[in-house]
Amino acid sequence: MNKEVIVEKINYFLVDEFEVEEEEIAPQANLKETLELDSLDFVDLVVAIEANFGVKLVGEDFLKVITLQDFYDLIEKKIG
Amino acid sequence: MRRVVITGMGIYSCIGKNLSEVKESLYNGTSGIVFDEKRKEFGYRSALTGMVEEPDLKKQLSRRERISMGEEALYAYVATIEALENAKIDQDFLDANEVGILYGNDSTARSVIESVDKIREKKDTTLVGSGAIFKAMNSTVTMNLSTIFRLTGINFTVSAACASGSHAIGMAYQLIKSGLQEMIICGGAQEINELAMGSFDGLGVFAMNIDDPTKASRPFDKDRDGLVPSGGAATLIVESYESAVKRGAPILGEIIGYGFSSNGEHISTPNVDGPSKAMTKALQQAGLKASEIDYVNAHATSTPVGDANEAKAILEVFGENGPCVSSTKSMTGHECWMAGASEVIYSMLMMEHSFVAPNINLETPDEAAAKLNLVKKTLNKKIDVFLSNSFGFGGTNSALIIKKVP
Repeated sequence: MNKEVIVEKINYFLVDEFEVEEEEIAPQANLKETLELDSLDFVDLVVAIEANFGVKLVGEDFLKVITLQDFYDLIEKKIG
Repeated sequence: MRRVVITGMGIYSCIGKNLSEVKESLYNGTSGIVFDEKRKEFGYRSALTGMVEEPDLKKQLSRRERISMGEEALYAYVATIEALENAKIDQDFLDANEVGILYGNDSTARSVIESVDKIREKKDTTLVGSGAIFKAMNSTVTMNLSTIFRLTGINFTVSAACASGSHAIGMAYQLIKSGLQEMIICGGAQEINELAMGSFDGLGVFAMNIDDPTKASRPFDKDRDGLVPSGGAATLIVESYESAVKRGAPILGEIIGYGFSSNGEHISTPNVDGPSKAMTKALQQAGLKASEIDYVNAHATSTPVGDANEAKAILEVFGENGPCVSSTKSMTGHECWMAGASEVIYSMLMMEHSFVAPNINLETPDEAAAKLNLVKKTLNKKIDVFLSNSFGFGGTNSALIIKKVP
């Protein structure tokens, strides 16, 4: 799966399922401060990633994830 | 001790999605009972049920709020919005004042089963998602509504089987009467789905007239053969008289008695003494003679033993030529955890609009019921004070007395 598809899928579920404002979606967007995702939302991100990409994330995977770009990179690495 | 009044009501039930629709159904004797194909396929003896639509609250609530709500909480939210509007309370008031919540609920079967099924399938607890725990706990209604409405007062769920909603109102009454709270949102909620009621159906106590669903629930009738499960939610705003007057709120009624008891006998078979004791205690607390009650909203669920024993208890307390009696479960079915609250609302609507709703499907009362003043057809009659009975498994009993405030 190429990076473009990963980005597209993540952006889609963030807007559709997590109800993030579309105009807030940007690679530099901070997941907590800009997209307003809280600790419970991170549990649901694990669910969404499993459903969309078939990979299972654990809490430690998020330690260095600050921005949406970090998140795209994490998923690319996990799938790769 | 302070006076305790009701200043708002909201209802989401199988006979109407708001107060106005419900009032019409009560007056017209309209049944909300249907045949549910899903139950038949699932293995139910009786596939009859009251049915409500699951509300779509995507526009009213955020994803974070909705994801923690099972159907009980969704119904309760809709009923509570109506009750708050009815009581002229907005979010600014809730933010500035200590308002509590006490709600009756005794199951979240669908939420529990769906989350456990998901864990079994995935063999991973995280993949059940963040909302599952908050949907599956019995206190789901109080935990969700207290968060959504940012409540800062008393906050817990009352689980007392089919008397849950009534005890929730009784508890609110006691807390306000004693000065511990000024205002409490209270009520009862009941899930409606095939996963929730299978074990109840298994006891063989559900009505079997699947050919004519609206005739199946027939409390006090000699041909009754069981209850019809139902659900939804009912919310009341209960507050001190002083608070209501200060706010200029509409005072819809005053709670003057809350009698309770436990049968101390069989887990499912009701008796006569327990209900009789609850009604007598409520009358004593209200300082009323039995003859001063205008209307009794009976618990009567349409089961052979339950209705007969309640009829005997009402006769014991009120004697012959007693008050008008009807069971609104003839129209709604048995709203279980919600019933104690919804039936107070049904009776309040009758008191407000001066009528007694009929005990539909009552053709020939059985021996015990024949001595009661049962109302078979809608009766236009002024009601100044009523008593509402609610009983539940384990022998829990609650009787509330509410009067009109001139």
